[in-house]
Formats: sequence, structure tokens, C-alpha cells
Amino acid sequence: MPIKSISAATRRRFLKGAAAAAGAAVFIPAPFAIGQAAKVKLGVLLPYSGTYAALGHNITDAMILAINEAGGTLGGRPVEYVKVDSEADPSKAAANTNKLVVGEKVDFLTGPVHSGVAMAMAKIVREEGTITVVSNAGADAVTREMCAANIFRTSFSNWQTCFPMGPEMLKRGHKRVVSITWNYAAGQEMIGAFRESFAANGGTIVKEMLVPFPNVEFQALLTEIASLKPDAVFSFFAGGGAVKFVKDYAAAGLKTSIPLFGSGFLTDGTLPAQGAAAEGIVTTLHYADSLDNPVNKKFREAFKKATNRDADVYAVQGYDTGKLLMHGMTAVKGDTGAKKEIMAAMRGATLDSPRGKFTFSKAQNPVQDIYLREVKNGDNVVIGVAHKALADPARGCTLA
Amino acid sequence: MDLSFLLIQSLNSIQYGFLLFLVASGLTLIFGIMGIINLAHGSFYMIGAYLAYWLNLKTGNLLLAIAIGLPLTIGLGLVVERLAIGFLYSRDHLYQVLLTYGLILILNEMQRILWGNDVHGVPVPDVLAASVPLTQTQSYPVYRFFISAACIAVAAAMYLVIHKTRLGMTIRAGAVNREMVQILGIDVGRLFAIVFSLGAALAAFSGMLSAPVNSVYPGMGEQILIISFVVVVIGGIGSILGAFVGAMLIGFVDTFGKVLVPEIAGIAVYALMAVVLLWRPQGLFGGRPA
Repeated sequence: MPIKSISAATRRRFLKGAAAAAGAAVFIPAPFAIGQAAKVKLGVLLPYSGTYAALGHNITDAMILAINEAGGTLGGRPVEYVKVDSEADPSKAAANTNKLVVGEKVDFLTGPVHSGVAMAMAKIVREEGTITVVSNAGADAVTREMCAANIFRTSFSNWQTCFPMGPEMLKRGHKRVVSITWNYAAGQEMIGAFRESFAANGGTIVKEMLVPFPNVEFQALLTEIASLKPDAVFSFFAGGGAVKFVKDYAAAGLKTSIPLFGSGFLTDGTLPAQGAAAEGIVTTLHYADSLDNPVNKKFREAFKKATNRDADVYAVQGYDTGKLLMHGMTAVKGDTGAKKEIMAAMRGATLDSPRGKFTFSKAQNPVQDIYLREVKNGDNVVIGVAHKALADPARGCTLA
Repeated sequence: MDLSFLLIQSLNSIQYGFLLFLVASGLTLIFGIMGIINLAHGSFYMIGAYLAYWLNLKTGNLLLAIAIGLPLTIGLGLVVERLAIGFLYSRDHLYQVLLTYGLILILNEMQRILWGNDVHGVPVPDVLAASVPLTQTQSYPVYRFFISAACIAVAAAMYLVIHKTRLGMTIRAGAVNREMVQILGIDVGRLFAIVFSLGAALAAFSGMLSAPVNSVYPGMGEQILIISFVVVVIGGIGSILGAFVGAMLIGFVDTFGKVLVPEIAGIAVYALMAVVLLWRPQGLFGGRPA
């Protein structure tokens, strides 16, 4: 056994050395070449069709906007975007990732929206070493058990978006609550984070309700909530499910007697469809459209001008992905062979994001403010900071 | 668990059952009676929902939107039948599966081009926007009762037309033995075109009616498709009564499954289907050989 591991280590060292030498040979001329510098290949694995297509487009367009605002280059080299439609399909994730990493040999990889896709992607890039920036998927494990020196995240961990809500609800006097979400990984991680901070501070979760994903028939559970009469309800749904849950909750007459709280995704991008039913819902998230700071104002204007669409939290994450890549590439003046230096620069970056300034944790997940938002007149209005500079606990991550 | 809780949950079950029957009614007609495997059923449902959303925006009145939308979907059904389905009656089921799966892709893409990818809500019409208080904390939206009433009307109308009228008789006969009915001097091609477009319109109608409670979003049709097939298969192919009973059974199993055994709520409905099929492979009320 020891002999085997020694030989493996030497072989790996040899390969590494060879790769570094090859990398140097390829890249020494590039930045200094006369005329056109070689293009940086940026792989983008996002959904461009299906339910999440709108998210994929917003992330991509905002990322390109960030890079174009700085002259359209990464460290002085022009960028070639290699886009692959992930279809938000975990079963195609490994093949799609390999297409970009092994087939196209991209210098950087960004995406995806779906956590299942992110897990498959993380598994591959951990082996291949491609510098990867996760621009949405919130699965906790990406910056916990799966964390790696070459994996960064500019979005959030599911844990982060819900953890601050526990103390906040207790502060409002809600000691007995019911939680409700879909029975799938993201839902359980979100509710788990809420439970952690709520129970630790003396709250009681009367019942944790799990709805089979993606079932949207809530009537039976609403009746149960009405009979349990908790002080409040904490929930996580997204997209069409969020719209239906919020509307059903109001239509069942529960809204007036049992206030509804939730992860920010409950009311983000869904408010026009939810209408009056969403008024007064309090949520936590790392961004709000109406966030009052100059970077956000400028970004929203620029995004609107570039795409004719309104920016959202996904666009912000895409924008910051672009900024983070630029930060890394500027530090090495475009030398993609200097991976270590790029990663070190990215790790130490402080991004002046539309969501406010943030840095990266040891596990390379944002250390960011989580805002408290309340729906007022069809808008998620920021009513305070629920948790300043919150870092994911990164349990199980060995990066130090 | 007290009595009022049980009663309200039963009300939820029946109400959900009605909604399921309404959604599956179009499929009962096309798959159950005509024997065509129509995977695009969910897409017609989705188109109905999007039409309700869009026409409601334009007219400001959901009932008017439904009145305008229905003829449109009958027309769409007719076009699809004439251009595609009509060629496959004599072919194997596999061809129908392939074709209607292709229709799903085309109709989904059409939805994306016409209406985009956002999630939309459709407001409940003002006349029906009230709620009836049931307990101190819970009230019941009047609109859900309205859906139930509409469902009863659809179920009754379908039953009467299929089983009690001459048209219904020819439809049933045409499904069992197309050639014989043709020899008897009935234009089966035209007959089936009418039935198919009615089935498509029924699917769209249920999409329109349930738009205010279900919200409107891409991919909504696929979810409906599966549960609709479950309803028809449990009830027995070819039986409207069966589909009705099947929908009610699913309503009860799903509702009480979620409350009593939430751990297996996700599979309760399919377990029910498996049990029914083991016990009666032809479904509860299915007896027809074809």
C-alpha cells in the first residue's frame, strides 16, 4: 500500500511538472505576441431552455456585461465564450461538463443554476483542476464536502439564505412555527438552516411539512396549518410553486392570522404573479432589487440598457462572476498558466457587488450580508440587515 | 384529529378530485374513448392556461377570456388533428407516442416564443373572489367551489353525450371498429376530427379554469400529463364514470396521504395505481377489449 501511494505521488508530481512546463511553453509567447493575443476560453454551462432559461440568460448576459464594461478582456486577452445548454438536467451534467473541460479545454468554467448539475460538475473539476465559478446553484455541499481550491462560488449557499431568519422570527415573538417546503435537497437544506438558528435560540418547530416535489397541491397542508394554529409559518418554494403557495395561503385566509415568512426565493421574480397575496411577507436573501447603493443603481441601469430586461438576483451573481474572473486574470496579466496565482487572487478578492461589498470564505463561498426584506406594494423592500457578513460554516471542507 | 378537521380534509379531497377529473377529462375522450395515446394533452392544458392569462390581460375578464379562448383551442385541435393525428389512426400506438411527443416539444417552444419564460398569475374574477369562512383560522375560496361546479357540469355533459346520444354511439362504435362504421356510411374521419378537437379544447378549458389557482408557468403541462394518465388508467380506459371515480380516489389518497403519512406522500398515488392494476388490470370500470 505505501509503495503504491509513493509511486502514485511521484507520477502525479511528474505529470504536474510536465503539465507546468507544457503550460509555460504554450503561454510564454501569448501575452507578448505582436497583434492579437490568444483568446481565453470561458466555458459557460447554464440552462438556455426549459424552466430555468430566464435565469441562464440573465446570468450569462450580466457576466458578459461585467467583462465588456472593462474593455471586453480578461487580463488583456479577448474572451471566447463557449456556451453549453445545461437544460438544468443533472443526468446530462457530467457529459456537458466533460464537453467543456476535456473537449473544449476551457480555461475557466462557470455555471450552473441547478444544484444537481453543480454536484456533477464539481466532481469532475475537482479531478481536472479547471478553475470553476459557481454562479447560482446553492447546494451547501459545493463549498462544504466538495470544496476545492479551484472551485469558487459567487452566489450563496442554501444555508446562508435561511439561517438568519430564526432569530428574526423569535425577535418578533413567533415561538411556535410550522415549516413547509418541497421534499428535495434544496428545501431540506433551507429548512435545516432555519431550524438550526431557530431551535438553538429557544423556538419550537411544531411540525416540519414536506410536500412531494414538484407537487403544488397545498390545500391539505393548509388545512393542517389552520388546525395547528402556529404563531407563524416559515417556507421555501420557488418559481411556479412559490406563486401557487403564496396565493393559496392567502386564499385560505391564513395570511391575516398566521404571518408567512420564507427564504427570499419565495418572493423573488414572482411578485407580479403573486399580486396582493404576497403583501407583508418577510424574507431573507443576499440581494433585493431595490437595494439602495450606487453600484446597484449603476448595474441595474447598465443591464437594462444592454438587455432591455430588468436585472434580478441571478443577474447580480452573473455580474460578480465576471468581476471575479477579471480580478484573477488581471493579477497575472492574462497568463492562464499561472493557475495558483489566479486562484490566490480570486480567493483574496473583495468584490464591490450590487449586493454590497463581499469577500470569500476559506471554502471560497461569499461572506455576505443577508438582507431582511418585506413585500410592500409589489416590491421586496429592504427593511434591515438580518445578518452582517454571514459566512457558511463550511462543515466538512478541508481547505484552510 | 377532530371531526371538523376530517370534514375539511374530505372537502379538500373532493375538491382536488374534481380538479383532477376536469384536467383528465380531455384525455378520457381522446385516450379513453378514441384510443389515441395523446402525450400532447398536457400541452393543450398549458396553452389553455397561457391563453387565459393573455386574454385576461387584454380583456380584463377571465370569463370573457375563456369564451374567446375556447373556439381558438377547438380550432387548434382541429388543425393538429388534420395535419398530424389524422394520419395515425390505423398505425401502431408507438407512432402516436412519437408524434405527440414531438408536439410537446413544438408547443412548448411556441409558448416560449409567444409568452416567454416567466411565471404568471391570473387573478380570480371579481364576482368569484370571495371566501367562505370554515373555521376561525381557515376559509375556503369561492372560486374552488366554482371549479367543482364546472367539473360536475363537464362530467355530466360528457356522460350524456357519449352514452345517451347518437353522436356518442357512433364515437364509441368508431373507436371499436372503424372500418365497420365507415361501411355503414358514417364519415369516421370527420367524426374523429371533431372528437379530437373537443378533447383538446377540454384540456385547454381545464387549463383556463384552473389558471387562477395553479398559476401559469413553462413546463406546467408535463406534470398534468402524468397525473391525467394515472386518472384514466385507474378508472379504466373508455369509462367516463371510471375516470371520475379514479380522480376522486386520487384526491382522497393524495390529501390524506400528505396529512397522515407525509413520508410516502410522493408515491401514494402511484402505489394506488399499482394496487388497482394488480387487482383489475383493465382498471376499475374498464371492460372494453380494445
